[in-house]
Parts: sequence; structure tokens; C-alpha cells
Amino acid sequence: MSQKQWQWQDGEYTVTRSTHWSGPGCHDGCGLLYYTKDGKLEKVEGDLDNPYNMGRLCMRCLNQTEAYNHPQRLKWPLKRVGERGENKWERISWDEAYDIIVEKVRYIQKEWGPETICGMEGTGRNIIWQVPYLTYAGFGSPNYVLGFLAGDSCYLPRAAQQAVMNSDFFVCDCAQFFEERYDHPEFVNPKVIVIWGNNPIITNGDGFFGHWIVDEMRMGAKLIVIDPRLTWLASRAEYWLQIRPGTDCALAMGMLNVIINEDLYDHDFVEKWCSGFEELTERVQEYIPEKVAEITWIPKELIEAAARFYAAAKPAAIQWGLAVDQQVTGIATAQAINSLWAITGNTDIPGGNIIAKSGFNVDDGYSCGYKWVSPELQEKRFGNENFPLKKYGLASTAHGDSVLRAIENGGDPYPVKMLWLQTTNTFANMASEAPRVYKAMKSVYFNVVVDLFMTPTAVACADIVLPAGMSAERDSFRAWFSPLRAISKICEYDECKSDEQICLELGKRLHPEAFPWETVADWINWKMGNDKEKYPDAFKIEWSGKTYRERGKTQGLTYRELQEKVYVYPQWQYKKYEKGLLRRDRQPGFNTADGKIQLYIDLFDAFDIDPLPAHIEPPESPYSQPELYKEYPLILTSGTRSWEFFHSEHRQQATMRMFHPQPQVEIHPDTAEKSGIKDGDWVWIESFRGRCKQIAKLVRTIDPRVINAEHGWWFPEKEAAEPSLFGVFDSNINNLTSQCQNGPAGYGAPNKNLLCRVYKVTEENSKVMPGEQVTKKGGWEYVRATF
Amino acid sequence: MSEQLSKEIEGKASVYPQARESLERRLKSEDTSGYGLLIDYEYCTGCHACEVACMKELNLPLNQYGIKLLTDGARQMPDGRWDLNHIPFPTSLCNLCEDRVSKGKMPSCVQHCQALVMSYGPVKELAEKMARKPKMVLFTPQ
Repeated sequence: MSQKQWQWQDGEYTVTRSTHWSGPGCHDGCGLLYYTKDGKLEKVEGDLDNPYNMGRLCMRCLNQTEAYNHPQRLKWPLKRVGERGENKWERISWDEAYDIIVEKVRYIQKEWGPETICGMEGTGRNIIWQVPYLTYAGFGSPNYVLGFLAGDSCYLPRAAQQAVMNSDFFVCDCAQFFEERYDHPEFVNPKVIVIWGNNPIITNGDGFFGHWIVDEMRMGAKLIVIDPRLTWLASRAEYWLQIRPGTDCALAMGMLNVIINEDLYDHDFVEKWCSGFEELTERVQEYIPEKVAEITWIPKELIEAAARFYAAAKPAAIQWGLAVDQQVTGIATAQAINSLWAITGNTDIPGGNIIAKSGFNVDDGYSCGYKWVSPELQEKRFGNENFPLKKYGLASTAHGDSVLRAIENGGDPYPVKMLWLQTTNTFANMASEAPRVYKAMKSVYFNVVVDLFMTPTAVACADIVLPAGMSAERDSFRAWFSPLRAISKICEYDECKSDEQICLELGKRLHPEAFPWETVADWINWKMGNDKEKYPDAFKIEWSGKTYRERGKTQGLTYRELQEKVYVYPQWQYKKYEKGLLRRDRQPGFNTADGKIQLYIDLFDAFDIDPLPAHIEPPESPYSQPELYKEYPLILTSGTRSWEFFHSEHRQQATMRMFHPQPQVEIHPDTAEKSGIKDGDWVWIESFRGRCKQIAKLVRTIDPRVINAEHGWWFPEKEAAEPSLFGVFDSNINNLTSQCQNGPAGYGAPNKNLLCRVYKVTEENSKVMPGEQVTKKGGWEYVRATF
Repeated sequence: MSEQLSKEIEGKASVYPQARESLERRLKSEDTSGYGLLIDYEYCTGCHACEVACMKELNLPLNQYGIKLLTDGARQMPDGRWDLNHIPFPTSLCNLCEDRVSKGKMPSCVQHCQALVMSYGPVKELAEKMARKPKMVLFTPQ
């Protein structure tokens, strides 16, 4: 049933077409219909008229009403009255909250300098330019940080690598940048899709609707799946390469070895558009399939067959994911995989790996407002002191591990005095080595948490807690990636305000000149490049030097007009490198120094980073630490997404917990038998850093030498105050993971490839629970890594 | 065995296939809605969207389903490949979304299915569609 309006009346309901992105949610931006009555959200449906998801929705979006109307939601600003961790709060007004924050910020700025304030957020949603802007323009600090994410290991290693290698970001072609989708005359369905280190049908990572892969399978695409686990996609694949976690770079180099040595690459494309092919050819000789088979635990024949199958398919695409980033070889792995689609001629062609753009190029993401920070202060950004790639501007955030180090070492190079934590439940989820991060955060002078629910992070560290609105409770928009989509405010919940509103109101109090906008809609209009007449001064700093490709300009389309249009697909073309659409000088080629895809990255050479990909053993592996392996004889991987949850979200929802009541760890039955573990037993998972407990799920589809644990678990139904903290440490896999074990250039962390052991939970071995160990006994004894 | 009987059937075994045929004819038939759900289980990814869409549509309490996901596998087959299949199964609570359908909408599970593997329509049409692709199952809940 087609509805041409953006909003209409259906009986007793007002129906509004909008986009979902905010928490609780995911990385995607699906089109949906909100059914409201008397200002309350009653029902959610997919929007059949939106070509992005075509009316389809996942279980989490369908269950949104349970989140919106949940009794545990934060309702108004709170001020801590007990000690941190006691969960004692007093209701205050927004004005009081802002007054306290402004007073503290002024004091910290004066006493220790604005750089001692860190603005942090969790996953990239519609806070990705708002929190940076508040941090830079409001607090005056260069330190916008992804909440203690070790090695910036979520897309940022791939982003940094792609930026220097070809200056743009690539994604599997699913015709997603055309309104007419698969009907677009130039679109070609990929013959082969390589699913590398992600399970897109559940994760929907980086603005990619995972079931588009299923669409393409049903239109004839064959799959190669590279995953330590048998996912549903792997069960449907021509080739499933069950890789040893953390060895993806070796595999990619092995595949390149086969493709180059068997002359299966695209000579024409390599000659015209790539540089460094000779150097790459020389390097891949070190990765003969026999050796790669030993490193990766994948049979040699499978590596060769998969490489040939991929190279022979025209076109073919690679859809990659988080596992690439979560190893110390993050950058090198990304470089090797990028080389695969480059030398096979699959760059920006129909059915290949295409260049993704934000809608109308609106989106500076993490850099929004950075020009408000003086060059002297920019120099001081955490991470610059150790990592030249960051120092020379190839990083969009400050480095979380460096922030942690500065808190721990008493203030070298300078102290951290305030954490602004917006929608990040750090040690429940994003931070590795959770007990260590918990301790550090607790020691910071002043902390503010903005979130949807009272979280373990808020109880443990917050001095002020501010309640944020959910998706239907905010005016916002999404440009990442194209199309440009409106998010419309249609209801309210108690005193909750949208993240945008909170940033704007606080920003106006802190630095009125940088926040001239009267309303959120005005702020968004500025972000979309409009309203130059209304706020002429607002453009002066942020927009200087940004005429290139009319960056961030919707050509007059205002936010209100976008709301009524719901979405807009700007023009998008294949083979942009042939058409002069990528370079500043408008010449054909890529926007790199030599105009080519740099298989050998010159810039890395200059910074003493290996300019070609090379396998590095995970820092804790059977081969890098054989003695440790004797004590911890299993490889621990984690982070597998569940249908029911997005990271640490959705744990309050009874419907989700009905489907997925408790955390589970996948163990091979042979491995379990050796330790007397049966399916359904609670087991301790332990590394030399700490332990947590989850329920054993015996599966034959995992390698007996590997176990796979879940992340993001806390229990909103449990006691909030310490030592419980909603049980956040009891099942927290980040009791085992590490901070400050980054790859070269500070990127990549071995979160998915560590060593552990498992044993059954008994009364005897459970006398001190992790919550008590961490909150009352100072955590576990071991040497904390540093750099 | 009597001498006479043994003589009658000498050389051949007893048969009475009519018994089963008769029973099958006598099984009661009922009027149906004439509509059903066709599911392509080769591509059902097991995402649970149908289950939650249904719970919301029928306003069901916890642990009640109008459609329930069933899973077989993953099981390794003799040739080494893995068999893993999901099938959403309409329960006794499924009314084929009569309210939605009367308004010209699809049943909620069909619309929201992320893999687009569910079809709703007249059983005859679905059966024809079914004949054109393997690994399909047709349900007639009502």
C-alpha cells in the first residue's frame, strides 16, 4: 500500500514515515512507520515505500514499543548524592544539571586546561558529529574518543588504511545507492561475494542492511565465507574457510599469492590504476599456500580453490567486517583485502566493491567542529605523542588507550579530569579489559553520563546522569552512507531530551558563539549546508575551505523539507576514477599522491610502518606464547552478534530475554568433554587477566581449539549498587581482553584472538564473584600492558 | 492355517490396499480460507522477525507465538558439508492476520521477513509458485 505523504491519520493512529538509527538500535538506518496515539508510540512497522529495507524490519525494531515504554527508563536529570557506585541519586532540573556541568567545565578548563576533558561516545549513530562538535566547540578539547575502544578497533583501522591507500571507502555493491535499487540499468549482481570476518545478516554493520546479501544470493551470487564459526551464510557457501582467529592477513596474502602467481589478476586495471604491484608481488612470495595453511589452520587446497573462485568471477565483491579491525594486524589485513579487490579489477564497478559516499557528502563525522580547537591544542590530542599517523592528521579521534594510560600514570602527558560519556556503556561493552577501565574511570574528577537507562557505567562513575530520547523522540537525520534520511520527532517521554538537544543546549551555555542555533532543526540545517543567511557567522569557522565537491551541501534542501521527503538519493555513479570524480584536481584517478591505488603505501614508509601487508602473530597465541598456551590452551574469540541485542542494549526487554535469556559460550563437544562440561552448564572462562561465567553451548561447528564467548552482557534485573553493578562483571568477556596491546600506528587490538581456559562453575570455585573481585578487591593481580 | 485357505492363496501373498485408500477417502475435509503461507526455507536465515512481528500484531504475552521458528542442524553430512535449516511454523494462534489482510496489507510476518522468503496468497497460486523452486513449504493455517 503506497502512501505518498510522510505523515497521515489511520483511524486513531497518526502514522509517520521516519528512519531508525538511535539507541536502542543498530548501525542501520531502516525506513519505518511509527504509529502514535495521544503522543505515545503504540506500534512500529517497516516502510514498504522505502527502497532501503523495502518494508522489512528486524525483531529489535519491531519490538521498539517495549523499549519506549519501559519502566526502567531514565526520566529526568539526576545528581549523585551517595558515593560513586552506591546508586543514590537526587532528581534535579535540566537547568540545575547544566549549571553544575558548566561550573565544573569552567573550573577544569581554568585549573588544568580544556584538553583534560574527554568527550566519549559508543558506537557511531546519530551522535557521530554532535558529540565531537560539543567536545571541540563546547568543551574546547581536542579529545573526542570512542569510549576506551582499544586500538580504535571498529572500522577505524579499515578507514585509516582505505584513506591512505585509495582515499575512499568501499562496500559490496547491493545497488544501495540507487533509489531504483536492483532495477538500475547499470547494476550487475555479483557472481561471487566474499563474506570476510562478519555476519552481516545479524550485524548490519557500517550502514549495510545485511539481508541484501541474501537478496543477491537469491539472484544467483555464490559465497565464500571466512569465519571461525559456521554462520548461516557459511552453511550456504561454496567455500567456508574456518580460519584461526587473528590470521586474516596471512590468508589474504595467500590468496594474493595464488592470484598473482597463477596470473589470475586484471592486468589492465593494475597497469592503469594501481601502483606498487611489483613490491606486492615480491612480498606475497613469502605467503605460499602451504605456509598460509599452517598459519591459518585452513587446508591449502581450500585456500587455493577459494582464491581461484574469487578471481575467476566477474564481477565479485568482498563484504568485510569487524574481525579485520580486531587484530593487531588490523591495518595490514585491511590493506591485503583491499588489494584483492583492486588487482582483480573489482574497484567501483557494478557488482564489485563500490565507493560509498554520504548523502550529498554531508558528514564530517568525528571531525565536526575540530577547527574550533587551536592548532596548539590539536597537537596535544591523546595519541599524537606516540603515533605519527595520528599526529599528522590521519586519525579522526583521540586514542582511547592513551587516555587510559594518562589516567593511570598520574597525568603524563597531562591528566584527565572529566569524562563526558554520551550513549556509551564503556566497561559493559566497548572497553576491553573492563576492570582496568572501570578503575580508571572511577578515579576521574568529574563524569557525566547521557543515556537511555541507568547503566553500570552511570552507577559506577557518574556524578550527573542525563536522560536521552529514543529515535522517535528526536529531530535528526542520517547521511552516512547515502541516501540522506530524515529522523522525525513524533513523541516525548517525561523529561528526556534528544542527544542533539542536550549537546545544543549545553553548547549554548558553554560557548554561545559556536552554538548560535535556536533549535535543533536550525543546527541540522547548518550541518546540511543551509541557512547561511540566518546564521552567517556559523559558517565562518567550520566551513572554510570546504567548497570541494560542495561538501556537505544539500543544495538548498532544508531539514523540514527533508522530513517531508523522508529520504533523498543523490546522484551516484560507477567508475568514478575514470570520470574525474574523486580527485581534488578533477582529473581521472584516485585521490592519492600518485592518483593510483597504492598497493605499496608510501606514506607508511615515511612513518616507519611496513608499507606492505605482513602477518603478525596475535600477541597471545599458541605460536607467540607457547608457554602461556600450555596454561590457557584455548583460543578465545568473542563479539559475535545476536539477533536480540545490539552490543549492551536491549537487555531490559523481556521479549529479547525470552529468546536469549543468558550469555552463552560456544564450545566444541570434544573440548567440553575433557573438562566434564555438559551443554547448559555454567562455566568459568579465564585468561591471565581475569574470568567471567557464561553458559556452555556445545556446537560441533567450532574448531575444538577455539571457543566463542558473547559480549555486552549485564543484567538490568539485578542489583544496581556495587559490588553487583547489575552483574556487569560476572559474565563480562572483557574481564579477559586487553587494552594497550595495539597494532602498528596504534590501530587494531587483539580482542577476538586471545588465549583462555574453561572450567565448570562450582560452589567451591565461585566464592568470590567477579563483581566483588573488581569493585571491592581491586581487580585481579597481573601485569597491565602499556606502551 | 486351514488346508482350504492355503490352497486359495497358494503362490501369492495376501493384499488389501483398499483399506488405506478407503480410510484416506473417509478422512474429513473442512472448508478453509483458501489462503496459505509459502516459505522458502532454503533462504530462511532464522532472524526471528516473523515471530516478533506476530507477537506484536496479535498482542501476545511472553511465550506465546502465532508463528514459531523451528531449526534443524547444523549437522555435518557424510560428504562433510553442513546442513542447517530454519522453518517458521504457524501455530494454532495464526489467523493469517485477518485484520491486516482485510485492510489490504500483507500478514505482518510476510511483510517484515528480512530474507523475503514468505509469501501469502491463494493456496493454488502458492502451489504453482512452489513447483518452480525446491526447498519450499506451504502452510494452510486456516
